[in-house]
Amino acid sequence: MNYETVIGLEVHLQLKTKSKAFCGCSTEFGQEPNTQVCPVCLGFPGSLPVFNQTALDYAIKVALALNCKIQEYTKFDRKNYFYPDLPKNYQISQYDLPLSLAGYLDIELEERQKRIGITRVHMEEDAGKLIHQENFSLVDFNRTGIPLLEIVSEPDISSPEEAHEYLTTLKSVIQYLDVSDCDMEKGSLRCDANISLRPVGAKTLGVKTELKNMNSFKGVKDALAYEIQRQAGLLDSKKTLIQETRLWDAKAAQTLPMRTKEGAKDYRYFPEPDLAPFIIKEDKIAEIKKTIPELPKEKIKRFVKDFGLSEYDAKVLVALKETAQFSEECLKEYRDSNKKPVANWIIGPLAALASNNACEITDLKISAASLVELIELVEKKQVISNLTGKIVLEEMLKTGKGAQKIIEEKNLAQISDSGSLNVIIAEIIKENPKSVADYKTGKANALMFLVGQVMRKSSGKANPKAVQDLLKEKLESV
Amino acid sequence: MSIDKKTVENVAHLARINLDKKELDKISGQLEHILSFIDKLSSLNTDNIAPTSHILPISNVLRKDELRKSLPIAKTLMNAPAKQGNFFVVPKIIE
Repeated sequence: MNYETVIGLEVHLQLKTKSKAFCGCSTEFGQEPNTQVCPVCLGFPGSLPVFNQTALDYAIKVALALNCKIQEYTKFDRKNYFYPDLPKNYQISQYDLPLSLAGYLDIELEERQKRIGITRVHMEEDAGKLIHQENFSLVDFNRTGIPLLEIVSEPDISSPEEAHEYLTTLKSVIQYLDVSDCDMEKGSLRCDANISLRPVGAKTLGVKTELKNMNSFKGVKDALAYEIQRQAGLLDSKKTLIQETRLWDAKAAQTLPMRTKEGAKDYRYFPEPDLAPFIIKEDKIAEIKKTIPELPKEKIKRFVKDFGLSEYDAKVLVALKETAQFSEECLKEYRDSNKKPVANWIIGPLAALASNNACEITDLKISAASLVELIELVEKKQVISNLTGKIVLEEMLKTGKGAQKIIEEKNLAQISDSGSLNVIIAEIIKENPKSVADYKTGKANALMFLVGQVMRKSSGKANPKAVQDLLKEKLESV
Repeated sequence: MSIDKKTVENVAHLARINLDKKELDKISGQLEHILSFIDKLSSLNTDNIAPTSHILPISNVLRKDELRKSLPIAKTLMNAPAKQGNFFVVPKIIE
């Protein structure tokens, strides 16, 4: 049978405040275990939590960027459960009056845009970290109490690819807001997925599985793809699916059921008596709105309109906030109405160079002005060929020198003047009578071969376009 | 509203409280009494009254995002029943 897939994603995001949500302990990653804890985050009797102003501001900022409606009255609740990563035996979270509701995020699919609903964005605290040993577990509470946002999507996602695009777009927006590291490896961004299948056209939802333990966007995509196969197989053979939580095992590339006890989870939520509610007024919302920068979607539109770039190029340049800024400087600086070469150089050679150095483009010590100088020397002034340009770029990174200087010092400038080129061409024609004869009988390949020979003799410095024109001219008169 | 023993047992389990048979009887009776009192409140019309989520008339209690000293490790682990290095040690529970 043909099924359609229904996916909803739940993203947990650590906010990068200096101190924790309810106490003054540091949120810094990777410190010695249990050195960033205090009576509040350890849940000692008599301690009182006080919420972090910056965490609230960041939360509102994210909710607004995701087009959510901020609720005027919001409060924290206690979510009660027993697990050793939770020193208080409850997590401070939000239940019936969350910070914000009913937003959306537009994602770009191959040929269309799709709007994914956001059910809610609410605030909560992170739990500690357990390190399981053979017969016992070690607990590190440094992470306990770090402010978290839970971003819940509507079940509007219809494929693993859409889920991947949703996460990529979400991450890009959050990075623009500068409120989280969004680093899945460090756990500052985590994602769980709900997935079910139903016969195409069916109105009711099928039995869903909750997937956990994916630690990369690719992991989310792979786990969902696996789960579609598994569920379809069961449905096809008329077996019943059970609602359960399954863990993604990346090494084995499969999902496995998580052992759970009988009975639905009962968290016995109740209002957190230690924290007073929050009333968020319009003027506060307006104030935070002002701090939201131009987001990727708008920036892509502007890059297409102002610089005449393709949607694709604009999207690649804009994905990272820092790269977008750098690209915009280059695009503005480049003195030609056709800006395509700038995009090509950043997406191509520069990105490759960054990737080889395992860093971002903006971490390379190459300024916008010096990159533009190089691009102009290649594309406009044609002082050097594209290939030489790439060598010069590497040299720029190594030495910190400008493109013009490197070309002069290394004598890399292209030979375009017909005088010098004709000398070489004459020699090549003399040395390759067979190819010359081939060309005469109409074999086009022969010309390219001869151009190649000239390039070689000039140590790659001949201007290939000029060589081709001059060669043709000369061959006519042979 | 009446409450059956099964519900009481479940609530006790959720709170990780062990009740023997005698305690279960006693607590069930007490809970029944409390719940019937709550039932009395339900007879009032509260349609236009917002639920109380906090008993004090205060809101927006916030602090600046500033660091304060954490506990020294010796103090943090002082009352831990079991420890290893900087860690608390707990029974292994895999959910």
